[in-house]
Amino acid sequence: MDKKKRNSLIAFGLIAAMLLIIFVLEQIMPRGHMLFVVLKKSAIYALVAVSMNLLNGFTGLFSLGQAGFMLIGAYTYAVLTIPVADRAGVYFYYDGGLIQFALPVVVGILLAGLAAALFAWLIGLPVLKLKSDYLAIATLGFAEIIRAVVQWDKLGPITNGSNLLKRYPSFDSTLFPFIVAGICIAIIVLLINSSYGRAFKAIREDEIAAEAMGINLAKHKMLSFVISSFFAGVGGALLAMFQDTITANAFKTAMTYEILLIVVIGGIGSITGSCIASFLFVSCSEWWMRFLDMDKYNIGDLNILRPGFRMVIFSIVIMIMVLFYRKGIMGDKELSIDSLLALPKKLKRGIGRLFGKSKGEVTK
Amino acid sequence: MEIFIQNFMDIFEKYLPALLAGVSAGGQYALIAIGYTMVYGILRLINFAHGDIFMVAGFMMVYLSASLPWYIALPVVTILTVLLGYLVERAAYKPLRSAPRMSIMISAIGVSYLLQNAAWYLTGGLPKQYPVIPFITESVDVLTASTKIVTVITPFLTIALVIILSLIIKYTKIGMAMRAVSKDFETSRLMGIKIDTVISMTFIIGTFLAAVGSFLYFSNYTTVTPVVGAMPGLKAFVAAVFGGIGSIPGAVVGAFIIGICENLIKFVAGGAYATFSDAFTFALLIIILVAKPTGLFGEKTTDKV
Repeated sequence: MDKKKRNSLIAFGLIAAMLLIIFVLEQIMPRGHMLFVVLKKSAIYALVAVSMNLLNGFTGLFSLGQAGFMLIGAYTYAVLTIPVADRAGVYFYYDGGLIQFALPVVVGILLAGLAAALFAWLIGLPVLKLKSDYLAIATLGFAEIIRAVVQWDKLGPITNGSNLLKRYPSFDSTLFPFIVAGICIAIIVLLINSSYGRAFKAIREDEIAAEAMGINLAKHKMLSFVISSFFAGVGGALLAMFQDTITANAFKTAMTYEILLIVVIGGIGSITGSCIASFLFVSCSEWWMRFLDMDKYNIGDLNILRPGFRMVIFSIVIMIMVLFYRKGIMGDKELSIDSLLALPKKLKRGIGRLFGKSKGEVTK
Repeated sequence: MEIFIQNFMDIFEKYLPALLAGVSAGGQYALIAIGYTMVYGILRLINFAHGDIFMVAGFMMVYLSASLPWYIALPVVTILTVLLGYLVERAAYKPLRSAPRMSIMISAIGVSYLLQNAAWYLTGGLPKQYPVIPFITESVDVLTASTKIVTVITPFLTIALVIILSLIIKYTKIGMAMRAVSKDFETSRLMGIKIDTVISMTFIIGTFLAAVGSFLYFSNYTTVTPVVGAMPGLKAFVAAVFGGIGSIPGAVVGAFIIGICENLIKFVAGGAYATFSDAFTFALLIIILVAKPTGLFGEKTTDKV
């Protein structure tokens, strides 16, 4: 018990330190620095990846509908929070649109999650009976249907058809997505450690055995699906805020694939893995590998480095991960305070071995 | 009665262009769908990269026909596409043969991602104009509608290829091996069938048909972009599921139904519902999955629902 208390204290300390560092960096570094862009986007992707992991990794439901639920979240948030004064400008083709009120940001984000959850419930009624790849393809289909419906001309007064949505309130500080995503991920972790979470894992391991143990399969699958979609919706709202403008066409199947790849790289069934992987994924694709796209680093006359090369290298790395490191960064383990504390000891042992000493001598 | 026939003829003439386009699209989807359904029948894998191989075939034709005459470019593109399909299977799916099904599917998604990014890099991301293949792109009058010859040829060519394929599967040794493997993977291995050869052959046939499909498809739609394969790929997969996955006639019938419905939706009410033509395909998928998961011609199995 004492150890548990100590560990949670250290965890809180680390989180507070991280937030403080971001806060200080924001004060001393220029606002538009790539670091902040990457941090914001990574925090949002981490939330969505964790929500997908809850479904794919912990409940064993292979769903590919994440982009669709993000789209619902993003649209709900944007539609409900555009200030009344700006509506005439945004809904230019639809006489200012149908909705003539604006909700506060927090309510907008919550409703974004709830809207996604409601749709997930409706969709889940028929499709959750399906298994593995059939579920995947059905949820993928739903994401495509949602994208088409949102762009429908008749819904224009609400969704602005296929035009941009803009001028809704967004965030400036990097701390905002960190705190929102952090709270959401913390709720998911609490859920996974509760009896519900254990029921999810039981379903993942063996449906028939889980059912025999008295777990209501339909109810728990639906619960996992709805909760995952809720957080995907919140993630969508955050993404809308991050991008300042949204169109339905950004939420294509490719986005779901990216999030799935993050989950796979981090390790299917590991929350910390998904978080680490989303930071690595976003910073590699947006920042660190940028130089691969620039001509000026070319050696001699070889014109290898030109726009697009970054993504080729990136996808090759991902293929290597998928083929040879199937477990991802973390496997299904979590990065815990205990393992962090044990790290110096492990390092010491490793160094000891490097210099040819036996294990006994080092630990003495 | 005469008035009725007259009315019917009027409606028929009105919708004829949409019907023709639908039958043609259906034929193209059918050629892609066979690749999905055969691979699924044997490996139980949704080969997400199949649509992208179809896209690569389109690009290869664009680049090769710049330096080669079309009658040489066609077979060369076909051979290269088949080679690509074979390589993808060897490199990305074979190492995962004993892994869980989800890993292979993720690998397929990874290949699709790689092919799209590579195509974007090599082409600079700009849409390319598909070369004109003489004769089949000329226009022709069918009853009252005017269309390209390729639209008329597609369904016949598709049906001819499907008949040949069915004969191969029914009467040749490799066809028999394919049927055996799709029935029972482990037992057929015990009976001395070389699984890897059979799987490679499946991919070769599938990608060959996808290459033929790409000639017909792009002769009709004429622009090639790196993401052009995704939609026809998904639709062909839906067709395969609709007809009952693993069944070749099922895939063909499903593809024609989807092609025709989609083009009719684009056409009715002056195109007011055109945004829903893609969504309709997926709605159809969900309806069939929920109502009859085995599809129209699928065999009964228990591991789907």
